[in-house]
Amino acid sequence: MEIPSPAFELVHHTLDNGLRVVLAPDPSAPVVGIAVLYDVGFRSEPEGRTGFAHLFEHLMFQGSENLEKLEHFRYVQSSGGMFNGSTHFDYTNYFEALPSNALERGLFLEADRMRSPRITEENLANQLDVVKNEIRVNVMNRPYGGFPWIYLPSVLFDTFANSHNGYGGFEDLESATVVDAADFFERYYAPANAVLTVGGDLEVEATIAMIEAHFGSVAARPAPERPSFAEPPLTAERRDTHEDPHAPLPAVAIGYRHSDPVVSLQKHLATLLLAEILSDGDASRLQRRLVQRDHLVTDVGAYLGEFGDPFDERDPTTFTITAHYPQADSLNAILRAIDEEIERIASDGLEPGELDRVRTRLLSVMFRELDAVISRTLEFAKFELIYGRADLITQLPQRLLAVTEGQIRSAAGELRPERRAVLEVIAGGAR
Amino acid sequence: MTVPALTEARAAAELDVVQRTLANGLTVTAVAKPGVPLAEVRLRVPFLAADPSLPAHATLLSDALLTGASTFDRAGLAAALQALGADLSVGVDADRLMLSGNVLATALPQLLDVLSTVLTAPTFAADEVATERDRLVERLTIARSRPGTIAGEALGLRMWGRHPYALDLPEADEVAATTADQVRAVHEQRVHPGSAGLVIVGDIETGAVLDLVETAFAEWIGTAPAVDAPPLPSPPGGALLIIDRPGSVQTSVRMGRTALTRSDPGYPALQLANLIFGGYFSSRWTENIREDKGYTYGPHSRIDHHVLGSTLMFDVEVATEVTGPALLETQYELGRIASLPVTEDEVDAVRQYATGTLALSTATQAGLASTISALSAFGLGLDWVVDHPARLAAVTVDDVSAAASEFLAPHGLTAVVVGDAELITAPLERLGPVESAE
Repeated sequence: MEIPSPAFELVHHTLDNGLRVVLAPDPSAPVVGIAVLYDVGFRSEPEGRTGFAHLFEHLMFQGSENLEKLEHFRYVQSSGGMFNGSTHFDYTNYFEALPSNALERGLFLEADRMRSPRITEENLANQLDVVKNEIRVNVMNRPYGGFPWIYLPSVLFDTFANSHNGYGGFEDLESATVVDAADFFERYYAPANAVLTVGGDLEVEATIAMIEAHFGSVAARPAPERPSFAEPPLTAERRDTHEDPHAPLPAVAIGYRHSDPVVSLQKHLATLLLAEILSDGDASRLQRRLVQRDHLVTDVGAYLGEFGDPFDERDPTTFTITAHYPQADSLNAILRAIDEEIERIASDGLEPGELDRVRTRLLSVMFRELDAVISRTLEFAKFELIYGRADLITQLPQRLLAVTEGQIRSAAGELRPERRAVLEVIAGGAR
Repeated sequence: MTVPALTEARAAAELDVVQRTLANGLTVTAVAKPGVPLAEVRLRVPFLAADPSLPAHATLLSDALLTGASTFDRAGLAAALQALGADLSVGVDADRLMLSGNVLATALPQLLDVLSTVLTAPTFAADEVATERDRLVERLTIARSRPGTIAGEALGLRMWGRHPYALDLPEADEVAATTADQVRAVHEQRVHPGSAGLVIVGDIETGAVLDLVETAFAEWIGTAPAVDAPPLPSPPGGALLIIDRPGSVQTSVRMGRTALTRSDPGYPALQLANLIFGGYFSSRWTENIREDKGYTYGPHSRIDHHVLGSTLMFDVEVATEVTGPALLETQYELGRIASLPVTEDEVDAVRQYATGTLALSTATQAGLASTISALSAFGLGLDWVVDHPARLAAVTVDDVSAAASEFLAPHGLTAVVVGDAELITAPLERLGPVESAE
């Protein structure tokens, strides 16, 4: 099948204070997306401060130099827009989707908090309560909460940076102070440590002028040195269990350390295609074997990236396979079946047409994620930050088409049992 | 520095929309929306019926529909879709069966052929149905271990009694007893084009797409039986029902009542009143119990639209130890908005928000397709979206205050909570009558 390749105009600009700017004009609808990504995530949290990057993200919404508490939300929403932010392993994002007549307002709001967020004892105490309730609703009070992203890294990785709980322990969160927040902001929220992307209905020259006007006066300070977080592949299998008091059925997560997606992009793309071959849809290897033939599992999935986004992390990232299953004593049979299927790809290769159809579907999924202006804006920002080049998105179709069956077999050959960490969820809620 | 003013708004381009009712009764809507090189497909088949066996049979039909059709076996069907860059999924609720898909725009004709095959010649092989039956039972077990599901089901029962709307998910024992023949029977009886609607949005030529659909779906015929569900009862209100979930670190609160449909002249005012109360982040409810008091990650209120009527629903998860105070503040905010006028600033803010987010939600191919399909269930078309900003603009502050008085009073709500009963019952009893679930 002929694969189309969407084209996007991208304009790059760097401010004197080091802020990198990418504009992606598209006049087809009167909406704009604004995204600011800071190059700091869970991995850069200090020891004893687990969850701090995410708590800090909340504090960035609590008012800023010219805005009282609540005003940020109100200005965005009363302009007809939406906002959010999220904290990842390697970065933190803040974004707005707005009618294009609110473009300058949105830029002002982002610049104001890049200049000076209003972090007070009162706001910190309030957002500590909010974050604890976020963790209760998403992790503590539900079955499989935080599975596997909170629990698997502690089995798979060794360093504090890679292995700790990114949502944070309550004790660490409670000991966070306003001074910690001021230090964190000073160190990691420098304009030179951020990327600003604006997409949609905008005029390039006018928008650059607005960005200069609002962000240009944010004081320059050096971007922090980013240490390497790399950890070499495991050499002996690790196993651990996690007791989930609400889970009615057992589950398992199998993780493999996966190194340097940025430097070894072609290998990374081969591994991405391998994940799709293993678990995308009813024609995939693991669905056919574990769900349809052996009836071992209720669901199975394989994915790259801690949150399922293959391009979300630098070195290291994770290749994960998860499954929910009804019989607690079938874990070894499940692992054996998964190993056999991976080994079969490594040794026998692919079926006729398998690579083409899986790749076609993957490209279609990628195009779909670029449809909404704000999603596209966030993607450009992420690729600029992690890969140093927003335009890589437009080249991914060609890069994926260049992946060979041999590269996929090699990728499968790396997923050996001695390289994996296995986390078993004990169903504490089984009746 | 002052916050920059909004500049003049630019209108969205008009869309190329065409509609045709085919000889088999299927209504097809096609919209050209270039952007990414894809097409979105939504097929809605009405499924509302009083038959108490339908939820289990229909849910299993939904899960087994893509396990084989005509000459395709299960993996063959999935592989054929992948090769088109396509995905199809099936879902069902009390109102409808929904097939949703997306595909590379150039492969839309082939996707329509596959879709037609699935509709006219599904296999429902006994072994595949058995596989899906076991998986469905397991998934139901997982779903019912979530506090939100437990609370939602309890509220549904309390609001609707024995009406089909009371049940979001089928009972596991009924699913376990369902056979492939029963699934086949539901397909034969109900999966017909007669009152179904197909929506296609994307990088397409609308006229050509209508002709394609006409050819691809020519062999899909028949009409499902007319809707025979009883009218919606009135939710009874009454005491707060407490459902014990020992060890819960949060209490899940769910409340509901009937609301106005989109076609009601009072709907835009109610929509704005709901937004001011709890329908967006800058709402009173959120600013009070999250941003001021930190009792929750976030409360939400919303208007849900069902074929037989619309509902106003409230949900929030609050920390166990502040369950009483959180409910007190919730009752206070409900009472306040029902008793005192809202302000012009509040109405202006939600009017802009409702207008802007409607435009954002229909700015993508997928969002537009889903919106058109959802509206079609109520006899509404894309013109409802186009005209709605004018309706919102015409709403007065008094209209919103009146809607709030009528619909947001705490007294009329039906309410349940799920949490650690030992810890929350006494604090909740101080605020009003409670009842404990057995």
